[in-house]
Amino acid sequence: MISVQNLHKSFRGKAVLNGVDLEILEGETLAIIGRSGSGKSVLMKHIIGLLQPDAGKITVDGIDINAISYADLRRIRQNFGVLFQGGALFDSMSSFDNVAFPLRTFTSMTEEEIEHVVLECLGMVELPEVGAKMPSELSGGMQKRVALARAVALKPRYILYDEPTSGLDPETSNTIDDLIQNLSDQLNVTSIVVTHDMHSVLNIADKAAFVHDGRMHWAGTIDELHRSDDQILRSFVKANEYLIGK
Amino acid sequence: MIQYTKKIILDPVQALGRYSQLLFKAFGAVPEFSTYRKNLWEQMIHVGIDSMPIVMLAAAFSGAVTTVQTSYQLVSPLIPKSIIGSIVVPSMVLELGAVVTGFILAGRVGARIAAELGTMRVTEQIDALEAMGLNSIGYLIVPRVIAGIVMFPVLYVAACFVGIGGGMLVGHLGGFVPMGVFVDGAREFFQPFDPIFGLIKCLVFGFIITSVSCFKGYYTRGGAEGVGKATTEAAVASCVLLLLADLILAATLL
Ligand SMILES: Nc1ncnc2c1ncn2[C@@H]1O[C@H](COP(=O)(O)OP(=O)(O)OP(=O)(O)O)[C@@H](O)[C@H]1O
Ligand SMILES: [Mg+2]
Repeated sequence: MISVQNLHKSFRGKAVLNGVDLEILEGETLAIIGRSGSGKSVLMKHIIGLLQPDAGKITVDGIDINAISYADLRRIRQNFGVLFQGGALFDSMSSFDNVAFPLRTFTSMTEEEIEHVVLECLGMVELPEVGAKMPSELSGGMQKRVALARAVALKPRYILYDEPTSGLDPETSNTIDDLIQNLSDQLNVTSIVVTHDMHSVLNIADKAAFVHDGRMHWAGTIDELHRSDDQILRSFVKANEYLIGK
Repeated sequence: MIQYTKKIILDPVQALGRYSQLLFKAFGAVPEFSTYRKNLWEQMIHVGIDSMPIVMLAAAFSGAVTTVQTSYQLVSPLIPKSIIGSIVVPSMVLELGAVVTGFILAGRVGARIAAELGTMRVTEQIDALEAMGLNSIGYLIVPRVIAGIVMFPVLYVAACFVGIGGGMLVGHLGGFVPMGVFVDGAREFFQPFDPIFGLIKCLVFGFIITSVSCFKGYYTRGGAEGVGKATTEAAVASCVLLLLADLILAATLL
């Protein structure tokens, strides 16, 4: 379980998060939605301790991640798979080596076993043949998908996705949505999906949380989302529905 | 004005604070050697082997120039030609070998390290390492600094041999001083402490260049422009600190 309580963060005096609360239960898929620049990525980085809050508390399985030693924090991070918004592939390594990196670093698997897992992961993101390519030789969307393969390679308990489908065509987006759904169903992964894409939200999420004005403006199940009469949320969802042509 | 004075005084103090903090964390990561063993090899090749040709070239020329200039300054027939050897060899061993190598590494290796780590920072690759549960400082910085400390002396020894060889050769072929006389002069005034002092310098220089450049790169901010800035600052700061360390070492150990 992950919980965020009253999280405040500002950068050089400019408040980005102003008291955010959030709770994700085991096995749930939570979509974090909100406009560009509302602080979704910043919130995500707090959850794995890459940013330190100005005030507030973040707990993972009941442990306050800002109150423990760096060694313990790193142990907690090993339960996470993270897909960064820009992919963040290691550009000195091939796609194969990128996906293999966490396996080589954190497991004692043989190269043969690693190859098997890497090819399986690249297959899941529908890029079985890019292993030999360097990240700079891939399109933005392909980089994102290789990064996704890397994030799930260790079959982590928690996966954080920062805009997994942005920049992808609708068909590939659906594949990625299915992948996220499958991981969550089959491996009981707890997922947090940061996204603009209401279509994905409706497809994969159990719950949604809407960040607005530095706060968690609205949170609830997808059913409740449909029925909500919150004006700001409605207009955010409407703008998206127009885009997906509903 | 006050603002500006504050900036001039406080910025370096703050930087020094953050630099020491980073070093402290890096030392803390030394025991996790197994995670970056493979990196160490790569870095030793980048720092050492790849820089070898240009270091040797520069060393050969500085040895040759020192020989020519020394003989030019010693026109008196009362001074034996062997003095050239007694001047060129200690110059190389005490000062030129280490400083020439240092400047080349500051420009070549320092800039490279800062650009590499800076790019990794601004493209969130360092965040990605951390998010996996790796110690990014241990993984990225420790092997680079160790590679610097290990490979600098190797380059220095090569630079000294090539520099002295270059001086001897040019002296001989140019008719300034015959090789045998050069060697006699070198032998006569040889101090066993000179190469030891040179090696001590090397360890310090290797540490300064790699750690300062890692510091600049690791804390890069602000996109491509930030990477450019970090790269230049790494090369400049390495050179300045290297000269400072050179003076301090000479004043305390000689
Ligand atoms: N390291 C940082 N330093 C300074 N400001 C930052 C930093 N990171 C984020 N910000 C600021 O925080 C705000 C929120 O950024 P964030 O990246 O979280 O937005 P987002 O909701 O993820 O937007 P998008 O949907 O476009 O990705 C922005 O105004 C940004 O300028
Ligand atoms: Mg974002």
